[in-house]
Amino acid sequence: MPLFEAKNISKQFASTVALDKVSISVPEQCIYGLLGPNGAGKTTLLRIINQITGSDSGEMFLNGKKLTPDDVLGIGYLPEERGLYKKMKVGEQALYFAQLKGLTKVEAMKRLKYWFRKLDIVDWWGKKVEELSKGMQQKVQFITTVLHEPKLIIFDEPFTGFDPVNANTIKNEILFLRERGATILFSTHNMASVEELCDNITLINKAKTILEGRVDDIRKQWAANEFDLVFQGNVKIEENGMYKILNHQYENDLSTIRLRTAGNIEANDILKTAINAGRVVSFNPALPSMNEIFIRIVESRN
Amino acid sequence: MNKIPVIIKREYLTRVRKKSFIIMTILAPVLFAALVILIPFLMVSDKGDFKKIAVIENGPGLLKNALKDTENEKYVYLENTSVSDLKKNFEQAGYYGILYISSSDLMIVPNAIELISKKQPPPILLEHIEGAVEKEIEKIKLEALNIENLDEILKNIDATVQVKTIMIDDEGATKETSTDIAMVLAYLGGFLMYMLVFLFGAQVMRGVIEEKTSRVVEVIVSSVKPVQLMMGKIIGIALVGLTQFLIWVVLIAAIVTFVNTTVLKDKDMTEIVQNLPQNVMSEGQQAVAVEQVNQISPELAEFSKFFDNAMNQNWLLIITSFIFYFITGYLLYASIFAAIGSAVDNETETQQFMLPVTIPIIIGLMVAVGTMTNPESSLSFWFSIIPLTSPIVMMARIPFGVPAWQIAVSMFLMVITFIAFVWMAAKIYHTGILMYGKKASWKEMWKWLRYSG
Repeated sequence: MPLFEAKNISKQFASTVALDKVSISVPEQCIYGLLGPNGAGKTTLLRIINQITGSDSGEMFLNGKKLTPDDVLGIGYLPEERGLYKKMKVGEQALYFAQLKGLTKVEAMKRLKYWFRKLDIVDWWGKKVEELSKGMQQKVQFITTVLHEPKLIIFDEPFTGFDPVNANTIKNEILFLRERGATILFSTHNMASVEELCDNITLINKAKTILEGRVDDIRKQWAANEFDLVFQGNVKIEENGMYKILNHQYENDLSTIRLRTAGNIEANDILKTAINAGRVVSFNPALPSMNEIFIRIVESRN
Repeated sequence: MNKIPVIIKREYLTRVRKKSFIIMTILAPVLFAALVILIPFLMVSDKGDFKKIAVIENGPGLLKNALKDTENEKYVYLENTSVSDLKKNFEQAGYYGILYISSSDLMIVPNAIELISKKQPPPILLEHIEGAVEKEIEKIKLEALNIENLDEILKNIDATVQVKTIMIDDEGATKETSTDIAMVLAYLGGFLMYMLVFLFGAQVMRGVIEEKTSRVVEVIVSSVKPVQLMMGKIIGIALVGLTQFLIWVVLIAAIVTFVNTTVLKDKDMTEIVQNLPQNVMSEGQQAVAVEQVNQISPELAEFSKFFDNAMNQNWLLIITSFIFYFITGYLLYASIFAAIGSAVDNETETQQFMLPVTIPIIIGLMVAVGTMTNPESSLSFWFSIIPLTSPIVMMARIPFGVPAWQIAVSMFLMVITFIAFVWMAAKIYHTGILMYGKKASWKEMWKWLRYSG
């Protein structure tokens, strides 16, 4: 049974349709990516799940039960536009949000100390939020979102504003949260993070779901019939009835050739011809990056 | 767990710790006290510019003794000087102006008197000259009647009247009061109420807008209900206002006591003279002694009387009703402000909503000013009952004495109204605070008000 389910959510703003019968099903203890180009409706869906906006139609379930207003208390939500008091000091602010989440002061302090140390922002405790850079503010916000250890954590574009080092830190923290039993739903258009993090995804474009499933399955599905063949030295091979050459690269004394096989050709047959052409270093089915899939699908739809 | 106290604490602490709050809280009563103490002294010691005035008279020199020199003016009688000559160079000669009596007989042509100067002369100078000339003409005319003992008769009919006002309460106890003090208190009470309600009401609005635009509210509504957030903010800021007001009361009381015991020692002297030596001195002697003290320092005597009268006001009633009207009036307006704040996306958008909210407050202030001259008018009565204006107008009426039933009705209506307003504001807030990009209007807010839930 999925931890969270949204069925046929629709939402219209004035004359524009923001969501058209979008459904998602988030299994327990997984990292679920909500992808899509700008304006696809990702944020609207997240806001509906957090009951900030009402949906026009559709149903939502948490643990198989219909979502009630009180369920929001068990969700951690990091909005895209950061919600912090600018004039307030970082530590006080984090403590305030923790207490609003129902933690006692003592417990909140204990957990805050842990997280501040973990994200290396102890020095910022006494500073005002407005003195912090965007990335730093985001770290603070990240802590306030996860501090009360919610079962379901929702991040809206968690990586915008971070440099690669900090983005990596947050990535690791998200993986860590899942290990500790949390389920994470996040929206992004950063495809690299999807490959590294997500177990499942839903791709939304123009208010509609156009792709969903396990990341591994999707990549395999789109990878059908493409292989990367690597030779030692500068080796050239000719196209024949079995495959087409999509790309040829020679670098560091290695030749990398991408092939697309025609019809139901066995990998073994390709390898047999390859062995005759030179010294094979590796032979792998080529998985397209999520980025490629994303662009291909969105462009074909448009 | 009820989370409103957590919100109240934050709203309260972040504001009380601000430098601007601390400065305002300490400086305002000091400035106020300085004003109260300095103004009488300034008025007494108002020396002004010294003016030398040349007097030229065509005729028998009627005014020779009429115009007495004062601290500020000296009159110099010039004989055998022509006006047209002096006109050219009176400034070089050190004169402020020339008082020229053109007619030889002022008895018949009283308008034949002019003051020639470079600058428009101040009214106080004209009053002085006119009064002196009038008195002189009267005197000459009376003398012409040939009445015996005229000087004595005149001395006898000279009278100065000052009405002492005494208020009597239901038990028949009386105390001397002062209409001037009541006016000052009416003005202060009304104006302070206006300022505090507006100031702190607007703070609520700014706070709500801040939370909305920074999206803090999106994070918070996952922990508390929007209404709780609104109430927490309103109550927190109310406590800030009360804290400030109470500190003011305490500081002003401290300053007043200090002034009373140190600067006004002479006042105690009067009392000592009045009370202690009753068996030593006869009534007459005692009165003379008091008179002496008053003569030694008339300003202080005046001031200490002012002080006594001020102390005779019903301070308990004034302060408790001020607190009551502040809380209810503030809650009423703060909830309107909160609703407005929740409906807009930024502060500039609030303009269109501010006018209708400001109008009743301004009307209240205007009626309150009118109340100072006529506290019993039906206008004052009605506006001190109507909840939107009553906090300001009632505070202006109370120093003059208001029947208990009127205060009760006014307070009752106030409570009912503020509850209704808070309830309506909560509904608008609930919808507005999470709504973005929608152009806010009264019509839109009316729609939100009617949403169920």
